[in-house]
Amino acid sequence: MIAVTDVLRLDGVDRSFGDRQALKNVSFDVVAGRMTGFVGGNGAGKTTTMRIILGVLAADAGRVTWRGAPLTREARQRFGYMPEERGLYPKMSVREQVTYLGRLHGMTAAAARQATDALLERVGLAERGDDLLETLSLGNQQRAQIAAALVHEPDVLVLDEPFSGLDPLAVDTVVGVLRERAAAGVPVLFSSHQLDVVERLCDDLVIISDGVIRAAGGREQLRRTYTSPRFELVVETDAGWLRDQPGVTLVDLDGARAVFDLAPDADEQPVLHAALARGPVRAFRPVSPSLTEIFREVAQ
Amino acid sequence: MNTMQATRLVAAREIRVKLRDRTFLISTVFFLLLAAAATILPAVFAGGPSTVAVTEQAAGPLRSAGLEVRVVPDDRAAERAVQDGDVDAAVVAGPTVLALDEAPDDVVGALSTRPPVRLLDPDAVDPAVAFLVPFAFAFIFFVTSQGFGVQIAQSIIEEKQTRIVEILVAAVPVRALLAGKLVAGTLLALGQIALVALVALVGMAFGGDGGLLSLLAPAIGWFLPFFLLGFVLIAAMWAAAGALVNRMEDIGGVSMPVQLTVMLPFFAVIFLHDNPTAMRVLSYVPFSAPTAMPLRLFTGDAAGWEPVVALVLLLASAVAFLLAGVRVYEGALLRTNGRTSIGTAWRSRETVA
Repeated sequence: MIAVTDVLRLDGVDRSFGDRQALKNVSFDVVAGRMTGFVGGNGAGKTTTMRIILGVLAADAGRVTWRGAPLTREARQRFGYMPEERGLYPKMSVREQVTYLGRLHGMTAAAARQATDALLERVGLAERGDDLLETLSLGNQQRAQIAAALVHEPDVLVLDEPFSGLDPLAVDTVVGVLRERAAAGVPVLFSSHQLDVVERLCDDLVIISDGVIRAAGGREQLRRTYTSPRFELVVETDAGWLRDQPGVTLVDLDGARAVFDLAPDADEQPVLHAALARGPVRAFRPVSPSLTEIFREVAQ
Repeated sequence: MNTMQATRLVAAREIRVKLRDRTFLISTVFFLLLAAAATILPAVFAGGPSTVAVTEQAAGPLRSAGLEVRVVPDDRAAERAVQDGDVDAAVVAGPTVLALDEAPDDVVGALSTRPPVRLLDPDAVDPAVAFLVPFAFAFIFFVTSQGFGVQIAQSIIEEKQTRIVEILVAAVPVRALLAGKLVAGTLLALGQIALVALVALVGMAFGGDGGLLSLLAPAIGWFLPFFLLGFVLIAAMWAAAGALVNRMEDIGGVSMPVQLTVMLPFFAVIFLHDNPTAMRVLSYVPFSAPTAMPLRLFTGDAAGWEPVVALVLLLASAVAFLLAGVRVYEGALLRTNGRTSIGTAWRSRETVA
């Protein structure tokens, strides 16, 4: 049961480092049960925002609330965090340190051991559990890192670039685990600069640039808001006549195939009629603009 | 989970890791062997009372002096026994004591009449012991605070270097992280010293030097609290030094001042141990008090109130250094780019509820 109040909310968060203002009035919600992608260029403020959520950094102004109340250390202890810069103890076994981190997050020894075993099984590390971390391949170290962030069954998950450095198989594993958590009612905030991964994964999207939130909301809603309707048309002969069609902006023309944007007030049906009047139409369909385009649009 | 519980978890991990660390185990075994050797070997080499060859009629006084008597038929046989190395000495007519190259004091003593001796300062300590005991105290404090201090710094750097520190800081209060490390370091240091002391005591009992023990007891009793506070003071400096850098290779630069504050008092106490004025001063300076004050107590130079005052001074400095160390640690811990200056660390503490 997902309560409506299970929201992690940032409200007017500012943060400066010396003269540089890293975050300006940052506000957005991370809603329970949804995967929220956090997108922005290098130095846009993703990591700073996440560190402030986790209490590793202090905000100069504004506040972060969870379930309507300002965050306390006790509440944060129930958060799961995967920092951008990875790290675990090289000379400790995977099982031992994941258990240790579970205990630091307030679990009893028995519960931590049990959760560790289950999680190592889930991420495919059960057989390497007693090996020292430094003897694992980089991909397996990343899996261990995921286990470390999830061991205490967090109320909220904050993951900074969780997919960077992962091989495709590991990406699938991690995606699977995160979806499970989201489905169980946990708000998941993850940052990434790999827009295709975010596109595949996120329900909601927050776009940050220069420390300012440029857009935040449901993925499809953002698509509608920030991009004009786009269509693909395939006809028998040359589609160059589209250029002269009212309300149409050609994006791509390749002989008989064309991709075009439609002015917001224009309708696509007249275009289809015009095409049919010129001969057979092999395809006519709306195209979803990729996140890259949304990102380009809002992060200008 | 509160700071206390977090501290305990952190300390438990530090200790667990250390007890598996080969370098630590080897150094501990080395110290134990050293303690055993230092206490047992002198007794073994001393070799007990001299053996002496003598004719039956002259054997009486030698036997009653506890010497090992070998009865020979005549003086020539006695002399031959000495020549052959069968005995340490022989007593022949005269009486004359025969020996190869060194006069056997115990044999001579058994045949002499000693004048009565009256000691005016019966508590005075044998000069050799008077040097060795403070040296042992200073050495233990020096080696332990240096060794475990470095380990505290290394443990902090490891967490910074591997970046796990960010996960840790998100989970538990920064103070708990530092407190856990200091508690673990102190417990390990005390544990190691206790083991060494135990071996030394058994060794002394074995070597038959029980008298020294009763002399040492009060000094050891004072050494413990001085050691504990002195260790905390130095460990706090090591923790701050460790937090300032990000790579093990860089520890040399920041640790130099810390090393000096351990090394200079050590050598001062060693070289000035028979200079009462210098020792009086050193026994109040917090850095040298842990070794200088127990030493003055051992030699009976300090009045009853003096260790109390020195201990209060040391306690105040330990608390001050601890607070400063925590502040630098908190300010520098998450600065994982290059080396942080103390000033920057001091000013840039993040305070998050």
